[in-house]
Amino acid sequence: MRKLALKDEYLLLAEKPARYIGNEINSIQKDKETTAIRMALCFPDVYEIGMSHLGIQILYDMLNSWEDVWCERVYSPWVDMDRIMREASIPLFALESQDPIREFDFLGITIQYELCYTNILQILDLSGIPYYARERSDADPIVIGGGPCTYNPEPIADFFDLFYIGEGETRYRELLDCYLENRKQGGSRDEFLLAAARIPGIYVPRFYRTEYYPDGTVSAMKPLAEGIPARIRKELVDDVSHTCYPLKPVVPFIKTTQDRVTLELQRGCIRGCRFCQAGYLYRPVRERDVDVLKKYAITMLENTGYEEISLSSLSSSDYSGLAELIDFLITECKSQHTNISLPSLRIDAFSLDVMSKVQDVKKSSLTFAPEAGSQRLRNIINKGLTEEMILEGAATAFEAGWSRVKLYFMLGLPSETEADISGIGELANRIAAVYYETVPKEKRNGKVQIIASTSFFIPKPFTPFQWAPQATKEAFLDKAYLTRKSISSQLNQKSIKYNWHETDSSVLECVLARGDRRLAPAILEVYRKGCIFDAWSEHYRHDVWMETFKENDVDISFYTTRERADDEIFPWDFIDCGISKEYLRKEWHKARSAAQASSESEQLVTPNCREQCQGCGAASFRTGICVLDKNI
Amino acid sequence: MKVRIKFSKTGVMKFIGHLDMMRYFQKAIRRAKIDIAYSGGFSPHQIMSFAAPLGVGLTSLGEYFDIELRTAMDEEAIKERLNQVMAEGVAILETTALADTAGNAMASVAAAAYEVTFAEGTVLPDGWTGQLTAFLDQPQIPYHKLTSKVSRMLDLKPLLYDSKVTEEKVYLLVNASSADNIKPIFVMKAFFESIGVTISEHSLYICRMETYGLNGDKFVPLSALTE
Repeated sequence: MRKLALKDEYLLLAEKPARYIGNEINSIQKDKETTAIRMALCFPDVYEIGMSHLGIQILYDMLNSWEDVWCERVYSPWVDMDRIMREASIPLFALESQDPIREFDFLGITIQYELCYTNILQILDLSGIPYYARERSDADPIVIGGGPCTYNPEPIADFFDLFYIGEGETRYRELLDCYLENRKQGGSRDEFLLAAARIPGIYVPRFYRTEYYPDGTVSAMKPLAEGIPARIRKELVDDVSHTCYPLKPVVPFIKTTQDRVTLELQRGCIRGCRFCQAGYLYRPVRERDVDVLKKYAITMLENTGYEEISLSSLSSSDYSGLAELIDFLITECKSQHTNISLPSLRIDAFSLDVMSKVQDVKKSSLTFAPEAGSQRLRNIINKGLTEEMILEGAATAFEAGWSRVKLYFMLGLPSETEADISGIGELANRIAAVYYETVPKEKRNGKVQIIASTSFFIPKPFTPFQWAPQATKEAFLDKAYLTRKSISSQLNQKSIKYNWHETDSSVLECVLARGDRRLAPAILEVYRKGCIFDAWSEHYRHDVWMETFKENDVDISFYTTRERADDEIFPWDFIDCGISKEYLRKEWHKARSAAQASSESEQLVTPNCREQCQGCGAASFRTGICVLDKNI
Repeated sequence: MKVRIKFSKTGVMKFIGHLDMMRYFQKAIRRAKIDIAYSGGFSPHQIMSFAAPLGVGLTSLGEYFDIELRTAMDEEAIKERLNQVMAEGVAILETTALADTAGNAMASVAAAAYEVTFAEGTVLPDGWTGQLTAFLDQPQIPYHKLTSKVSRMLDLKPLLYDSKVTEEKVYLLVNASSADNIKPIFVMKAFFESIGVTISEHSLYICRMETYGLNGDKFVPLSALTE
């Protein structure tokens, strides 16, 4: 019987003890005496969130498929257990072996959102690993960062020994072999890191120095060692149909956010929405072979016993084998009582037909993400969704029985005017009107429900809007107020509900997303003042963040509301995600001139990758859509 | 075909709550490819009925649930298949075919036997076994039930059917029916309070040894109650 790291009484005091005991179906036990490398993979948030992440499952499966590696999992102890572990001085442990993280060779942390940065420090702290990489000894694990936030790792660069930039499937074997070789030679930590820095995709922050102009902007990023690249190019899988995939994913005992089999259809997105970081980072689009996916689906359902399967990708409607795959799944799943969940589908006749087959129309809702209230602004952000498409989709859906619509918008997009904001209420109103026009009184099931939600725009690295200023907190509040006013002045206002996201954390997210190395001391200070779980609004303490920035002479407006010059060197420019800065600048200029245009017809929009290649730079990877005959 | 399944829940699995155990078995049955029957409706669910919920922190050697199969299958084969897909700490002990007339697991529960042991290093007062025996022999055993929802006085005596006290462990047979059940921890708490001793709940290990139903006026394990 496995011995747990936590005593019974601690576990029984905690909210959900199952978060800390491991033992899940398909979790991997190995003999630590006979495995050369021990790796702990961490998602720095609570278990239910972390366990829902596909990336960790992929790496867990791949690393454990190697005989000489035992890969385990660790998540942020929730605040109740955090307190218990501190009071009782219990070091953070991995779920499988229940051994302290500090005994491991590697601690790999996936960094999915900026608001988890203090949780990274919590993980290091509870593990007894020094915060700053330069203070670690040979006895400490090598701390690796991966995931989307590593495309600007600079604010947290000092806390990591190395970052793996890009998709994890490609370079881990090489990295681990390099580690084993160094150990055989009796090499030091620094010697390993130097060797690692020569592996493609690996960024070792200590071997680079950032220099600044007097105005605070970056003047240069210089490699400090021989033979390491000045720019780090992202890693990616060439052929996503022939790579590893977790066919026996770990099945949690408790309900998690994604409590189902996840089938990843493709990587990347053909659409060039100018605010969307994922749309640029994961180019080019690479589709998984539909026959491979069919096989995966059956095997994963058998190996887990899940009652639900979910299709995952940035834009599932763009997957070319979608109709065939869904037909297959519907036939397969009906007999097995398996549910199918279909997020991120564009609403059209095809998707409505499919959705009506797999879900209860009365209970489910339609989702549109127009992102902006007016066609003018949608053109500026290159969101290829028109009002006609939305109204037509809604009409078809209402006829088929739907009566709930969710709408997602962003406030504070570049060049936004009051008219654009009023457009949100007007669009919602028009959708409601369509309902009352298409559905005769006797067929109505009460009022139509329109739920409009707004979040605040956060400019992100590697998007055309990386140059754009963010609106101030005060402006955000005004915009939310205007939105509310525009909705409540509509004829159908009683059918429309309005939700908005908090402003405070959107400001912080912007600082961290476009920050540089000078932020690290402030982040550590905020953590020391007791902040963790910033992504959870009930734990987020904006005043502490702002006060600490001030104490550390960080002027947040430098990162948020400042408009960047065209030729400014960004802290993340040394990372090469495959998209050229020139291309992003061209898109930024296109957006700006679209904002000046006197009519919608004069606004230039950018076609998607399938319509016409725009030469963004991703073709240099020579794979996916870039090498297909894509002009239709 | 209806089948009654007896399983044990030991080790770290004691931290998994009742609802999560139900979800665990729903998936296990699918992994084991047992052709279970589903209810009708838009969101069909497996036809499955659990006997008495077991609190988090307790282990058990006598848990039960019933399932209904769409196609008949040998009981031993069900046991074998399920045991191949179990997590460490859960084992299928017995599978028994039920007559169509048999009551479901939950409705059949009348009593449960528990064994209470003490964590290493727990200090108990001299002569506690005699004191406990005397406590359990009283004509009435008052207990103040206090939870976030209830505060009331209970008499545990009529719900306590049998007991045996030794230095190593305490055996308690108590009512476990859905109407009138009591938890063994009530009995132990009431006793320690009566002799003015404070013992942390966490130093008591409680294991459910068996779950019983009534056959006439005799308690029989649920696995023997198949008619």
